Amino acid sequence: MALNIIETCVNCWACEPLCPSQAIYEAKPHFMIDNKKCTECEGDYADTQCASICPIEGAILNGFGEAINPPGSLTGIPPHKMMEAMAEIQAR
Amino acid sequence: MIELNVLGQSESNEASGCASGSCGSTGDQLSHLPEEIRKKVFNHPCYSEEAHHHFARMHVAVAPACNIQCHYCNRKYDCSNESRPGVVSEVLDPDQAVKKVMAVAAEIPQMTVLGIAGPGDPLANPERTFSTFRQLSEKAPDIKLCVSSNGLALPEHVEELCKHNIDHVTLTINCVDPEVGARIYPWVFWNNRRVKGRKGAKILIEQQQKGLEMLVERGVLVKVNSVLIPGVNDEHLKEVSKIVKDKGAFLHNVMPLIAEAEHGTFYGIMGQRGPTNEELVDLQDACAGDMNMMRHCRQCRADAVGLLGEDRGDEFTMDKIEMMDIDYDAAMVKRRAIHEAIEAELEVKHNKPNEALVTLSAIRKKETRPVLMAIATSGGGVINQHFGHATEFLIYEASATDVRFVSHRKVELYCSGGDTCGDAETTLEKIIRTLSGCEVVLCAKIGYEPWGMLEEAGIQPNGEHAMEFIEEAVAAVYLDMANNGQLEDKPVAAQQLTA
Ligand code: SF4
Ligand code: SF4
Repeated sequence: MALNIIETCVNCWACEPLCPSQAIYEAKPHFMIDNKKCTECEGDYADTQCASICPIEGAILNGFGEAINPPGSLTGIPPHKMMEAMAEIQAR
Repeated sequence: MIELNVLGQSESNEASGCASGSCGSTGDQLSHLPEEIRKKVFNHPCYSEEAHHHFARMHVAVAPACNIQCHYCNRKYDCSNESRPGVVSEVLDPDQAVKKVMAVAAEIPQMTVLGIAGPGDPLANPERTFSTFRQLSEKAPDIKLCVSSNGLALPEHVEELCKHNIDHVTLTINCVDPEVGARIYPWVFWNNRRVKGRKGAKILIEQQQKGLEMLVERGVLVKVNSVLIPGVNDEHLKEVSKIVKDKGAFLHNVMPLIAEAEHGTFYGIMGQRGPTNEELVDLQDACAGDMNMMRHCRQCRADAVGLLGEDRGDEFTMDKIEMMDIDYDAAMVKRRAIHEAIEAELEVKHNKPNEALVTLSAIRKKETRPVLMAIATSGGGVINQHFGHATEFLIYEASATDVRFVSHRKVELYCSGGDTCGDAETTLEKIIRTLSGCEVVLCAKIGYEPWGMLEEAGIQPNGEHAMEFIEEAVAAVYLDMANNGQLEDKPVAAQQLTA
């Protein structure tokens, strides 16, 4: 199976040099993973490298299409707090 | 050279009882440092308070990746370690960056320092960062190189840094205690894992301290930046200041946390407030007893071009640079001439008696209270900016013995013309709030409306000292206030409060 980078990627380059399989490449509008090359880091690292450094929650999905870093898991911001703040800003 | 106008020279330095150098007045903040370090920082706009009026620096955004997360940063935008959040800069590859730096250096000869600060962490992007430095040392040897880092990857790159002869490193150190660190850094990427919480913070702190020691051992100048986060590391920063000084950092710069919900940062969303101007200055004062503090840092944007606080980035976008034809050898000759002229001017200023102190020595009654004044300036160390054009004010404190630079306060542009003028009322009110505590505003010119509102708020606008040197003008205004008997009591606003 392979991981997948989606449109919330901010093109920060952090994942690309870490991939043991050279599966990650720069593309427009965002970085991509070559699903034929991605090994999920099996045999190289205990944790998938791209998903371990990616700073953006939800930007990398596992083989089942689930976010490896779900909302709140990296920033520590509880999702309901984020929603409240966004609603408050929009209402201004 | 022009004849210098020295007021009452006979009572000069001796009468004031202290040479400006030894009592730490603004012009000579570096005087306690060894001569070779002083030389190094002499024309570095980020380090020398004197130089930052005359020389310029720039940053290039070549380092997008980061290896840690800070609670004051939203990785969807630029790093707020050295830049304001919410401003996305153009990320350049090393070749583009080198071209841009050379174009700017040729066009703005005052540009003497090139820094890489982000938008991520330069040392989390070692190939991109070092490729830029390597090319620049070769093609533009008259530009100083510096780098800012969170320190996590510092120890492994110290050797490489030294190879490129980079003599300035800025480290952001917000804590030395992992408990405190856990409330600032949610995770670090270390040994191929994401390490969260206290454990991650501990690794970061160890790497920072180790990196600091290694740099100092090799004679590299290290400045430490700390972000003041009220209730998280405010008291703790005093300890940080002590430790980094003991280890040999030569400057400690405490910056205020900037946290707004719209930045989308942890602190912004969770309602963590930034420090008040007063809290910031108090902490800077508390740390100043320990070491040389830098108060003129403006948290410039990572890709800002121009004199500190001024941004000419729009003139140097990549498409415009591609069109430029740069003869760098010719530019270097011109640059050298201009640098020598500025250095000569600074040297003259250095050697003449401190006119501010001379002016102050005319105050007969010494029990006058200190006064804060806000200055509108666009550089050069003189009062040369219209009140309405100021995006920040320099705050000086005058007392019977000294004129001292205290801080910068950023404001929104009051007079931006066009349709934004409908908001002038509220923007002006905000500016006045930002200037609270000041009793005088010195500027080149000021409009009728802001004049009235400032006066009402107990802040006296003053345009009489346009084009004069800041410290001398501040001293002159203070002397006037003393002679008018305005300095024997508490400020008017404070009186009202206590009445
Ligand atoms: S999971 Fe591992 S192999 Fe797959 S793209 Fe990410 S880093 Fe590369
Ligand atoms: S680390 Fe995440 S945000 Fe950065 S380039 Fe890779 S996928 Fe995109």
